[in-house]
Amino acid sequence: MSEQISALVGRSYSGFSTVAEAGLVGMVTLRGDLGSAELVAAVLAATGCAMPGQRRRVVAGDWSVCWMSPDELLLVGPYASAPGLVDQLTAALEGQHALAVDVSDARASFSVTGPKAAEVLMKLCPVDFAALAEDEVRRTRLGQIAAALWKSGRDSGREEYSLVCFRSVASYAFGVLENAARPGSELFAG
Amino acid sequence: MSARLSRGGRLIDRRAPVTFRFDGKPMTGFAGDTLAASLLANDQMLVGRSFKYHRPRGIVASGAEEPNALVGLGQGPRFEPNQRVTTTETFEGLTAISQNHWPSLEYDIGAVNGYLARFLPAGFYYKMFLWPRPFWKHVYEPFIRQSAGLGKVPQDADADRYEQAYAFADLVVAGGGIAGLTAALTAARAGKRVILLEQTAHWGGRAPVDGDVIDGMAADLWVKNAVQALEGMANVTMRLRTMVSGLYDHGYALAYERVADHTPGDGRPRHRLWRIRAGKVITATGAIERPLSFAGNDIPGVMLAAAVRDFVVNWAVSPGDRTVVVTNNDDAYRTALVLADAGLVVAAVIDARPSATGDLPAQVRARGIRVLEGRGIAKVKGAKRVTGVAICAQEGEGAVLEEIACDVVAMSGGWSPVVHLWSHCGGKLVWDAEASMFRPDAARPPTGDAGQPIAATAGAASGALQTAAVLADAHAAAGGEGLAPQATGPAEAAMLPVWIMPQGAGNALKSKMWLDYQNDVKVSDVQLAAREGYESVEHTKRYTTLGMATDQGKLSNINGLAVLSNALHQEIPATGTTTFRPPYTPISLGSIGGEARGEIFQPLRQTPMHGWHEAQGAYWEPVGQWRRPYCYKRGGETAHEAVNREVINTRSNIGLLDASTLGKILVKGADAGRFLDMLYTGVMSTLPVGKCRYGLMCNDNGFLIDDGVVVRLSEDSWLCHTTTGGADRIHAHMEDWLQCEWWDWKVHTANLTEQYAQVAIVGPKARMLLEKLGGMDVSREALPFMTYAEGTLGGFRARVFRISFSGELSYEVAVPASEGLAFWEACVAEGAEFGAMPYGTEALHVLRAEKGFIMIGDETDGTVIPQDLGLGWAISKKKPDYLGKRAQERSHMADPNRWKLVGLETLDGSVLPDGALAVAEGVNANGQRRTQGRVTSTYHSPVLKKGIAMGLVLNGPGRMGEVLDFPVDDGKVVQARIVDQVFYDKDGEKQNV
Amino acid sequence: MLTLTCPHCGIRAEETELSPGGEAHLKRYGPGDSDEQFEAYMFARKNPKGVHFERWRHAYGCGKWFLAARCTATLEVFGTYPAQTSAPPEHIIAAIRARRPGWEAGQ
Ligand SMILES: [Zn+2]
Repeated sequence: MSEQISALVGRSYSGFSTVAEAGLVGMVTLRGDLGSAELVAAVLAATGCAMPGQRRRVVAGDWSVCWMSPDELLLVGPYASAPGLVDQLTAALEGQHALAVDVSDARASFSVTGPKAAEVLMKLCPVDFAALAEDEVRRTRLGQIAAALWKSGRDSGREEYSLVCFRSVASYAFGVLENAARPGSELFAG
Repeated sequence: MSARLSRGGRLIDRRAPVTFRFDGKPMTGFAGDTLAASLLANDQMLVGRSFKYHRPRGIVASGAEEPNALVGLGQGPRFEPNQRVTTTETFEGLTAISQNHWPSLEYDIGAVNGYLARFLPAGFYYKMFLWPRPFWKHVYEPFIRQSAGLGKVPQDADADRYEQAYAFADLVVAGGGIAGLTAALTAARAGKRVILLEQTAHWGGRAPVDGDVIDGMAADLWVKNAVQALEGMANVTMRLRTMVSGLYDHGYALAYERVADHTPGDGRPRHRLWRIRAGKVITATGAIERPLSFAGNDIPGVMLAAAVRDFVVNWAVSPGDRTVVVTNNDDAYRTALVLADAGLVVAAVIDARPSATGDLPAQVRARGIRVLEGRGIAKVKGAKRVTGVAICAQEGEGAVLEEIACDVVAMSGGWSPVVHLWSHCGGKLVWDAEASMFRPDAARPPTGDAGQPIAATAGAASGALQTAAVLADAHAAAGGEGLAPQATGPAEAAMLPVWIMPQGAGNALKSKMWLDYQNDVKVSDVQLAAREGYESVEHTKRYTTLGMATDQGKLSNINGLAVLSNALHQEIPATGTTTFRPPYTPISLGSIGGEARGEIFQPLRQTPMHGWHEAQGAYWEPVGQWRRPYCYKRGGETAHEAVNREVINTRSNIGLLDASTLGKILVKGADAGRFLDMLYTGVMSTLPVGKCRYGLMCNDNGFLIDDGVVVRLSEDSWLCHTTTGGADRIHAHMEDWLQCEWWDWKVHTANLTEQYAQVAIVGPKARMLLEKLGGMDVSREALPFMTYAEGTLGGFRARVFRISFSGELSYEVAVPASEGLAFWEACVAEGAEFGAMPYGTEALHVLRAEKGFIMIGDETDGTVIPQDLGLGWAISKKKPDYLGKRAQERSHMADPNRWKLVGLETLDGSVLPDGALAVAEGVNANGQRRTQGRVTSTYHSPVLKKGIAMGLVLNGPGRMGEVLDFPVDDGKVVQARIVDQVFYDKDGEKQNV
Repeated sequence: MLTLTCPHCGIRAEETELSPGGEAHLKRYGPGDSDEQFEAYMFARKNPKGVHFERWRHAYGCGKWFLAARCTATLEVFGTYPAQTSAPPEHIIAAIRARRPGWEAGQ
């Protein structure tokens, strides 16, 4: 195995919130009939996670499962485990109309941390963060690129959002997040 | 003269003096001042000159409606022209310069236009400059250019930063006066999520100035309590210095926050544009006082009556020592009272109404102030400053009855509700004849996605002008829960519509009555337009420029409409209004651009090897949003020399290309083969596992949209390579057909473009490098041309495709993106002994053009079908259907006389210009030379040492050997022979080794 | 700027999260069909002032196509529904008629 690096090799910036690229994260796209017993069982067996509802996220140990669309899940976990997980799911879903594929390298992951983390994202995403549920996955627009985000504070014990975008635009994503987190540009007092 | 009063000033902090400069002159103001207040406190009434006649102009208003007092603010990278002094907060170190004059504000040569005024009536520009023609270029245009423009354009890049933010609310309240506060309180107490926005730096609006008493409290105290109550509510967000600039579809509102205009350089964003989605917007935007049209009403010192009392009460500034109030309503009497309370002289109140007997006139009379009933102003005396007024009978023609000395004229023609936001998104207006105003028609509001009203108006913005009515209206607009605040105050008598003063004024007076101060439009101009047949208010606006200035007619529109209506002998509602468009007042381009500047202007897509290319001095080419190396210059090479070197090296040793940007779409499922057979013109379902096949994709219109190599990965999965620019588009195209047409087919797609870094290892020695890296059998036997294998190459998880876009022995190796840089570096290092060097996109183009391979976007332009390109071999004749098949059978598509692809070889070896047209005999219906072809790709071939090109030529393939004429620059003609488009290795031996 | 609720993921998306796809419920004509049928499918588009059916993709969201019934004059949205149908479903027709009495499909 050769040297593996994430898009921005963990770059971070501390403004009124801290923006950090999260390094390599394992991600598997699973497409199929999310209502089928086989698929539900395969996901549970592979990740320990129950099937999330619409736009929800289920966490169990190392792996979490995000609902991305009516026929698509994103499984998030340790980078090194992703290829094995794909093999496991593919084997379990043999004969089913399903697709499991490793997309870890096609993505960049970020965290935005701090009491005002939402204010960073409010500048870039047309999302009502006050209405975002604790376990909700929101796919939206971050500036000019597509992104998925969710509150990850429960996992890390901090005020934190996680954000995923395509790898090729990691530099842009970091740039707009950094710019939005500049001290003095807080949206609300206190 | 104007001056600072010794006491009072509810908004200023006398312990905090600030120094600033106006036209280089140092001046002092107080924290809390607007620049208008500071200037008046320094006796600077004259602040600019008008646009057309360069007439001296002073401050007229105290807020956003100010038409005259525009200045250039700041310096260097923070300079901005056309800033209203009435909405600019004074801060330490502020610099402002006056505009529209030369050489100085006091002595302006352009003012000669004023003497020519009778030669510059409405429509002058349209009429005058039509004839004689030659005068346009040498006389008129230079004159207009010299005079044109308002303010100076900033010369430096903007030093500030800007941003945007999204917000969501049940209710947005625009305006933080007593109506807005009442509406916000009412809605917030009912549990609504409320955003309350106020464009100035203070809550409360006019009420504290007007001396309102609310719930038994002075307005100031009531406002303070209301703000405190709102601040304590978690469901309320409040923001000062934030103007709702526009209301749009489905409750979308833009609000413009001037975060740091008053603290420049403090590191905060200068402006922030809020993009708000509101369930409803309540416009509590108040009303704007109307000027009166009397001769000389633009002379500095003539001001709106309410503005005069604003300056006195808010900033302790006296606009002058001796004021004449002229009015058609009771409200203006408040100005007389405020002036008297401040110890200033009110020479008289001139009331156009036959009698004034209400509470407020009575209070004024009780102070011993003269009230003249049924009178008007015949003319204002003075030039750069008012010196007095001549009084006449309002009903007469202007015979002067007496003259009164004064240095301020405080005028009030009544009030117009600010209906802009209501109107932006389709809210309708109704003419209220009793109040002589257009007000929002509550029965015809702007509507949202469910057809529901998305706006309501509150207070003066509804047309409610008395405090008690304002509060009741605002309370009702916000749902009416709980108790409405109560107000007591003097009863006010009705206003009398007075559109010109005196009503019988002749042309001599009317040509000195200004309607639009900034654009110099007078009553006589609008009447002339009407005489000349301009009946539509929109046409009259453009012909006279009434309301077209930066203030968008906030003061002038209603008076102009009334004058036009009178001239057309019709009622005002028959004339109608012009259209209200956002923004309410100009907002900065910076705020519209937001964060998108510099590095983050737009997403630049980068491959995993981007940093390496950059370190090697790659010369970049934008390809869609990607940046790809065009070439890698070495030493003192030009780009052209570098490209030649890269081509030759690739043909003789090894070239390395970062091909990561190529689209890679996985298509899997029981119906995947069937799906791909519909998508591609060829057959993909029969492709054996492990094999590659070139494919063409058309839209259902028949036109070629993408091409690439398809690889059968397994029994039920295929990998579709697309062009760099096509990856996202083609993935979307696939999903479109799968979701919207063939939704019962069992097919899944996944766009894996960025999962892999892909390196093309190209050239006669390519195999040596792969063998040296080791781990996979890449021999001709094990991995022949157009096959694929998966394995570990040099320790990397690799997919190796034996495909070629150059005609050379070529392997495209895909590794996980996270290993892309390491793999690339390994190829460079291990390949050194074989002469491996990277090549860029231009060499890629030359290599493919030498082989006659098409490039989507060069040979195709959305009107080209595969048949035009000699690609019939890639089109299945057996398939009953594929996207584009039916279209390609249409008569024009099947026409044998289409332009078709050929090679072009110049007779002199030169390189044809890209896009050059081959001419034919004769001319077309437009008298243009007929054409018979055009160049689609053209390069210098370093291998063949001459120019090579491809082009689409009428019946081209049937005309081999013919010579075509390509006219190029300077009347020259380049001749080129039609040849086969494969210039190099015609038999394709090299790629098969 | 419009908002449309994506029937697939339930997000009330704003226009910048969506990409438009033109008229909905076109029937595809192909090989074997007449020139007239093909021309109508490929080029003839309705341009009504009033009720209209459109294709939209939740491009910055779940990526799914959906259809919207909308009034082109008032921008009122009568409903959105998945693209996997060749005609507007009953509840959409009912929603349109509730607010546009007398409206007939195919108008
Ligand atoms: Zn969606």
